[in-house]
Parts: sequence; structure tokens; C-alpha cells
Amino acid sequence: MKRAGFTTRWLPMLLLLPQLAIITIFFYWPAAHAVQSSFFLQDPFGFGATFVGFDNYTDLAASSEYLKIARFTLLFTLLVTFFSLALALLLAVKADNVIRGAKTYRTLLMWVYAVAPPVAGFIGLIMFNQSWGPLTEAARAIGWDFKLGVNFTDTAAAMVLVSVWKQVPVNFIFFLSGLQSIPKAVREAALIDNGSATSRFWGVTFPLLAPTGFFLLIVNITYALFDTFGIVDTMVKGEPGNNPMTLVYKVYVDGFRGNDLGGSSAQSVVLMVLVLALTVFQFRLIDRRIHYT
Amino acid sequence: MKSLSFAAAAAFALVANASTAETEITFWHAMGGALGETVNKIAEDFNASQDAYKITPVFKGTYEEALTAGIAAFRAGEQPNILQVFDAGAATVIGAKGATIPVQDLLVENGVAFDIEDYISGVRYFYADAEGKMVGMPFNSSSPIMYFNVQALEEAGVSAPKTWEEFQTVTAPALKEAGYTALSQSHLPWIFTENFMSRHDLPFATNDNGYTGGDDTQILVNNDAIKAHFTAVTEWQEEGYFEWFGTGWGDNQTPFEEGKVAIWLGSSGSFGGLSKKDLGFDFSATYLPYWEAVTSEPKQTFIGGAALFAMAGHGAEENAATAAFFEYLTKPETQYFWHQDTGYVPITEAAYELAKADGHYDRFPAAEVGIQQLSLPAGEHTKGYRMGFYVQIRDVMNREYGRILTGETTVEEAFKAIEAEANALLARFSKTQS
Repeated sequence: MKRAGFTTRWLPMLLLLPQLAIITIFFYWPAAHAVQSSFFLQDPFGFGATFVGFDNYTDLAASSEYLKIARFTLLFTLLVTFFSLALALLLAVKADNVIRGAKTYRTLLMWVYAVAPPVAGFIGLIMFNQSWGPLTEAARAIGWDFKLGVNFTDTAAAMVLVSVWKQVPVNFIFFLSGLQSIPKAVREAALIDNGSATSRFWGVTFPLLAPTGFFLLIVNITYALFDTFGIVDTMVKGEPGNNPMTLVYKVYVDGFRGNDLGGSSAQSVVLMVLVLALTVFQFRLIDRRIHYT
Repeated sequence: MKSLSFAAAAAFALVANASTAETEITFWHAMGGALGETVNKIAEDFNASQDAYKITPVFKGTYEEALTAGIAAFRAGEQPNILQVFDAGAATVIGAKGATIPVQDLLVENGVAFDIEDYISGVRYFYADAEGKMVGMPFNSSSPIMYFNVQALEEAGVSAPKTWEEFQTVTAPALKEAGYTALSQSHLPWIFTENFMSRHDLPFATNDNGYTGGDDTQILVNNDAIKAHFTAVTEWQEEGYFEWFGTGWGDNQTPFEEGKVAIWLGSSGSFGGLSKKDLGFDFSATYLPYWEAVTSEPKQTFIGGAALFAMAGHGAEENAATAAFFEYLTKPETQYFWHQDTGYVPITEAAYELAKADGHYDRFPAAEVGIQQLSLPAGEHTKGYRMGFYVQIRDVMNREYGRILTGETTVEEAFKAIEAEANALLARFSKTQS
């Protein structure tokens, strides 16, 4: 067999160049900049900068407010990831069983994917409007005096709900195609060997879905940590007050609203390290235990 | 080929023509919606009024976004000629020496007569430096005032309260009896803190409220008068006299518009918007109440809203254009138009006189409240405040006030937290400028 390859060393490098340039310009360069400015306190207009060493980081560690936001972000990420995966899996399994009208169901479940995060947040604002929001009224009907934007827990619940709602369709698409790629023969064999639908699911279907699930787990953690920005921003109306916010939103609040470039840079470096850790975790620890077919 | 070069020549001629005929300047602002249209109208009228200069207003989002965009543009050397900066951002832009040309210098250098005494009293010094030189041109200036639902007060058989004592013993119980939530208010840091200090002539920060600078400015928010006030507010909340609907401005204005809340503390700049709405009741306005227990001589409030800053780094011709626009903007007719259309106060005495002479306040008495309150006697601590990283300090206040009003913290703890975090932020800010 003939091995296909480049005859020259330069062509592949040339072909890689655009991608490398993009990564350098849009990732490495700003990242290096962030690391650098996290060691300074800078006049917003750029007239001067004072080197402060690790002060920006120690200030963060000493700030009970920052730690509170970090704890909230952790909880928020856990809840959003868990519920968006669980619900999507449930819906995918159900949709997979449907034969008639399957396309309609799928389309209905998928359309939310097209909604942009700020729009999703805005829909949440409307649904939870204090005086006439349908979901506020529903909550009142069960005796929960729901107050979006006033009560910390209520606002957090609404944020989780909207973020989950927004993310379920993506997960659903992946789970559904994962399910449909399980060979029919395997399913039939399982059906003969095992009577209970539940044990068939956990014993056969679920392990075969694991690669998809693992991929989605990482995607969802990243989503909850970063992409929910638009939802958080819309739901706190740009002024967080005593409402919950996530770490990435705090970067924005301090950097863009407050013009504290040094402090905000330190926070984004912390987030960068977190992403790095997540990536290492993805490739080193879990990846090995999952068998891709 | 021939036609192409002809087109190029024509295009070149056009460009050349435009650049010799008019000096073009840009103006970045944060006036969205109807306010933005009014800004555009003023710009168009200015452009039509002469043919030496052309101004282009550009909407840049919220106040914070406009400021950040301006700063980023300045760092890239692409700054607009005029940048609108709001009250809380004033320290950032005024503190950055060399970022702007003080409006007073700009006007004087370009032969425009300037006398700070022409400006109404509550407006004069907020955007001035420690020596009293005006740095930013006050533009959309407003002050917090007390709006009330006329029918609701009639039903309850009370008049608008002058003092908070009157509110809590007479007005609020009667309004509750009549089926209303007596009070709501937007922007707690602005009304129940900054202007609370001014109304009661209390110092808000050391170093003359931060104006004389230095790197040791400390906030004086943790004082007995304001703690007593917030304690009272929580009691009103328990009694059902006061309700808090969230940090957002509109959250607290909407229940007033819906007729659920009888008295709303808001901005004099909300007058225009409120009058254009079909509210289903008559509203009027009067001064912010004060605590008799704190002062027997309530003082003026100061302006909120925003000012226009002339950014440095432009040529003399463009600066002349900016000066010409400022001159146009402060004309009594322009100010009166802006005042009438938006509800923001006219910034000069002459414009105020014009509005009076035109009978504007006979038709809409509530439109005068803001400016009257700004013209009340001044005190030692009433010209405003100047604190760095103040946007974040406001965020801290909003957070702690929200916690007080949802029972997550006590008044005592909240003000301790505000004091500590604000002072840490002030210290950080002074480091950024050293």
C-alpha cells in the first residue's frame, strides 16, 4: 500500500499557518497579556501601571465575596450540567422509542438550540416577571412567593432553569444520534437476554453511550462555566446587586463595568487555569477509562 | 479603464471637498431609545445651524459600556472627540490627567465666553476639579425627586410628605389603609445614599468628599444617620409601607406606573417618559423628604446623569468644532428643548429663565421640581463626591442593600461591609493613578 504524504516539509507548515496564526492572535497573545496585566494595577486610560506582584491574586483569595461567587459557580455548574444531561438523556431515550411522528418530536425538542443565550435570558425574565410572569404565578399557586431579582435563591433557580432549558436540545441531539448508532443486533440480543427495560438501559445502552456522555459532560461544564454569561447578564439586567453571578460574569463586572483591569485579569487567569485543569482531566483521567467503539 | 480612473478622481474630489468644507467630529453617548432620538435631533440642528462643523453622534450602549468603549478607543488612539461619562465614572475620567481637555479650558481657548456662575447651582461643581474648574460639560443632568400618585394621596386624605417622620407616622399608614404600597424607589445608592448625604449635608467621604484627592480618601458611609434611615426602611418594609422590587431601575418604577405604589423616588429625568405614558392617574412630584431628627435645614441635592468630556489627542480644528458644539448645546434654546423633551434639568440659569418665561412650569409644575431642588441652599457637603472605582462601590452598595431588604444581613453588618470594601477599592484606585 502506498502511503499518502507531503513531499515537502514546507507545505504542511504553510497549511497549518492560518490556524496557528488565529490561535496565536486570539488566544495566546491575549492570554499572555492577561497574565502580564494581572501583576499590575493599571490606570484605565493607560497612563500608568504599578507593579503589585501577586497582590491581585491574594486580594481575590482574601475576598469572601469572591469565594462566595466561586462556590455559587461550582453549585451552578453542577446543577446545570446534571439537569441538562439527565433531561436530555431522558428525552432522547423516549424520542428514540417513538416511531410515528418522530421527526416532529425531534424538531420540537431541538428548536430551542437556535435561541441565543441573551434571548433565552430575556424569555426567563418574561416568564418570571414579578407582576404577571406565568411561571411566577405558577410558583405562587403552589405557595412559593417567587421573586426574581429580589431573592437570591429564586434568582439562582431561575438562572439554572433557563440555562438547562437552553442546553437540553444540544445534548438531546448528541444523545439521540448516540442511541441510534447502537447496532440493532446488540439491542435485540439484550432484549432476549434481559427482561427489564431499566436494567437493559443501565447494563447495555448506557455504557455504549458513555463516549457521547463523556464528551457532553465536558461540553456542558464549559457551557455552565462560560456560555451562560448572556443568560446571567440578561437576568440580572447588567446590575447584579445581591443576585447570584458566576465567576466569568464577575470578570466582566470588575473589568468592563468597573475598569479594574488588574483585578479582572487576575480573575481571568484563574479561569484559564481552571480550563487547563479541566482539559488535563479530560484527556488524562477519564479518557482512558472510556472505550470508544 | 478610463471610466475607472474618472470614478476614482470623482471620489477623491468628493472626499477632498468634504474635508475642506467641514471639520467632522464624533460624539459617543449612552442615550438609547427616545433619548437617542433627541440627541440626534440636537446634532442635526447643530449641523444645519452652520457649515463649518459636522458632528456625528454614536450610541454606545449603557453608561458603563460607553465609558469602557471610550477608554479602549483612547488606548488605541481612536478616541471620539466627545465622550459621555456618567456620574459614577467621573472620577475615572477626571483622574486620568491628559485624557480629556477640561471643558472650561477648551471653551476659553476657542473664544467662547465661560462663566461657571451661569450654570445652576447644583450643577456647577459636580464635574469640576478641586480648584473648581469645570472639566466635564454637564449634559443630561437630573436629580432624584419624589413622584406621587395624586389620586392615591387624595383617597388616603394626605399630602406629599415633607419629612420622613411625616411619611412614617401619617402618610404611609393612610396610604396602606387606602390599599397602596406607600413607597418604592429606584437606585438605592444614588437616592438613599449619595443624595441622602447631600440633603442632610453630611460628609460622604474624607478629603472634601474626595474632591481634593490624595490617596487616602475614605468613605464615610457608615454613619448613624444613614443607618437609622435604613433601619427605618426595613421597618417600613415589615409594615407594608415600602417594597423593594430589585436592583434594576425599572423594577421599582413599574409598580408605581401600575398604580400599585403611591410614591416613587426616581429621577427628575423620568418626567418626560412618565408624561408620555398613559398612566391612568395624575402624577406630580416634589422634593425628597428629609429626617427632621437629622437636620432642620434640608439642603440641595446634586446632579446625577452624565457629562460630556472633550477627549484629548485631537487637532486644534477638531477641538474648535467641539467647543462650538458645546456652545450650541448650552444655548438657552437648546437646553430648553432638551429639558422639555426629556425631563432632564436645564443646566444654565438662562435656559431655566427661558423655560419659566415660556410658561413650561405653569403647564407642568412637576417639571420644575428637579431644578428647584438643585437650587436649594447649598451646604458644606452638597456639591457631589469624587471617588475612584465608584462603579464597583455602587455595586457593593446595591448588593448589601439587597441583602438588608431580603433579610440576609443586618443594617449594622451591611454598612460595615460597604465601608470596608469601598475603602479597599478607593485604596486600589489611588494605586492605579500613582
